[in-house]
Amino acid sequence: MTVGLSHFLILAAILFTIGTVGIFLNRKNVIVILMSIELILLSVNINFVAFSAFLGDLVGQVFALFVLTVAAAEAAIGLAILVVFFRNRGSIAVEDVNMMKG
Amino acid sequence: MVAAIPSLLPAVPEITLALGALGLLMVGAFGGARRAGFINGASMALLAMAALLVLAGEPGRIETFGGAFVLDDFARFLKVLTFAASAVALAMAGEHFCAGPNARFEFPVLVLLAACGMGMIISANDLIALYLGLELMSLALYVVAAIDRDSLRSTEAGLKYFVLGALSSGMLLYGASLIYGFAGTVSFPGIAQVTAEAMRPGAEASASSIGVVVGLVFVFAGLCFKVSAVPFHMWTPDVYEGAPTPVTAFFAAAPKAAGMAIFVRVALDAFPGIVPAWQQIVVFVAIASMTLGAFAAIGQSNIKRLMAYSSISHMGFALTGLAAGTADGVSGVLIYMSIYVVMTLGSFACILAMRRPEGPVEDISDLAGLARTKPLMALLFGTLLFSLAGVPWFAGFFAKFYVFLAAIEAKLYVLAVIGVLASVVGAYYYLRIVKIMYFDEPKGAFVPMSGELKAVLGAAGLFVSFYIVYPSGLNNAAAAAAKSLF
Repeated sequence: MTVGLSHFLILAAILFTIGTVGIFLNRKNVIVILMSIELILLSVNINFVAFSAFLGDLVGQVFALFVLTVAAAEAAIGLAILVVFFRNRGSIAVEDVNMMKG
Repeated sequence: MVAAIPSLLPAVPEITLALGALGLLMVGAFGGARRAGFINGASMALLAMAALLVLAGEPGRIETFGGAFVLDDFARFLKVLTFAASAVALAMAGEHFCAGPNARFEFPVLVLLAACGMGMIISANDLIALYLGLELMSLALYVVAAIDRDSLRSTEAGLKYFVLGALSSGMLLYGASLIYGFAGTVSFPGIAQVTAEAMRPGAEASASSIGVVVGLVFVFAGLCFKVSAVPFHMWTPDVYEGAPTPVTAFFAAAPKAAGMAIFVRVALDAFPGIVPAWQQIVVFVAIASMTLGAFAAIGQSNIKRLMAYSSISHMGFALTGLAAGTADGVSGVLIYMSIYVVMTLGSFACILAMRRPEGPVEDISDLAGLARTKPLMALLFGTLLFSLAGVPWFAGFFAKFYVFLAAIEAKLYVLAVIGVLASVVGAYYYLRIVKIMYFDEPKGAFVPMSGELKAVLGAAGLFVSFYIVYPSGLNNAAAAAAKSLF
């Protein structure tokens, strides 16, 4: 069996779904949410690289590199905000992020 | 092979902002919080300079960076609007962030970086530029929301904004990857060409055109989040309430205008060939935002939460103009966003002035009897509220009038009727505040307003009252800007 474009797309779709579901179903820990976000961004990168190889066009790989860079910055900012939140709240459980009802 | 250096001229305003932000960060890092006042003033000057540079460049449509960055009249109009709105937000924030325990020199620097990101998305002409601009803006905004780092509410607002914002960026990216894969290009004109060919009469629906439409839905979901349109509005009330009030004032104005700009550009530059495919999404989002914003605001007691729902419903009205998909509709969107930015900044000048000697308050009931303790502030705030409600004579009425007119000309009758009904419901909660200010017993006076707040409130009040006298200045600029997209 050869591995074709659709296999990559299905893998990326599954990872994207796991990431999205992970954000909404997780009731325990904000760190898990950060991991879910990384999962979403990586699934996008699989898409980009697979399409890029399939189309024979480099732009997709360039885009993937940009996504990697921005994801690193995003994770840094997310963790920084989480640290200041922890200092004020003393907890990073998702159910404790509840000062304001919304 | 040495690549030719692309022309940097069209991007000079953004480069100015980026370099200025880096320089001022150095000043702050070595000078500490006591330099906050200087950095705030210098940032406002930089934003004003960037706006002037946008206007000073050669006219017409200019592309650079391999077609990734475009400067046309649409971009010029919105850049001037967002840079001006950011500068005004900085002026209003001066009191809070320049002195005292909350002094933070980082705030103006982050606003400059966010403004640079906004300039990039307004000019984005391919998916990579769109994503990078959006992230530059969003990353700065996440930090700004959590800038009162000793306050639980501010940090919680930052955390919620970050998590939901990162999710929306992920959805936008997933959509971008599908569009890239099925259209074979990331540039907006390229995508427009591919989709137009796929939708040619006689061409059968292929897997790739369906893939592009699925990608379009994901991209729109991500953009809806940035303009806080229903069903991606959940973050708005919490972030507005939790973030420090000057930050909320900034959030409510410039980033909304930039988000709406890229919404319009993606819809009309990248997908002009498949208007029916995105029109139904925009119509649904507009109806849902207008009605949810109008009804959910009724039960609010916190004025910042109320402004959050108000902004959700205003985004619905602005999207009504986009749903029409015509030059008149886009010009309606531009007029709407300009008037909305003025009204919002003016209202937030009032909310910032709600300070008792013991500290700031933000309950609607704290405004009771304002007409007796501060008659002029009550009069101007009342004017702005009438304008937000869309009462005729005031500018807010004309903003709504132009978008509904465009919707009716595009035969979107249901949308226009629901919009008018939603604005009637919305009038209830705005007028309730007027009633509280004018007919309830006073609860004690606020401390005197600072000069900046007085100036912003006065200018906004005068603008919404006298827009009717000379509407053609703004309208002609908006019409010229809208024409550059068609």
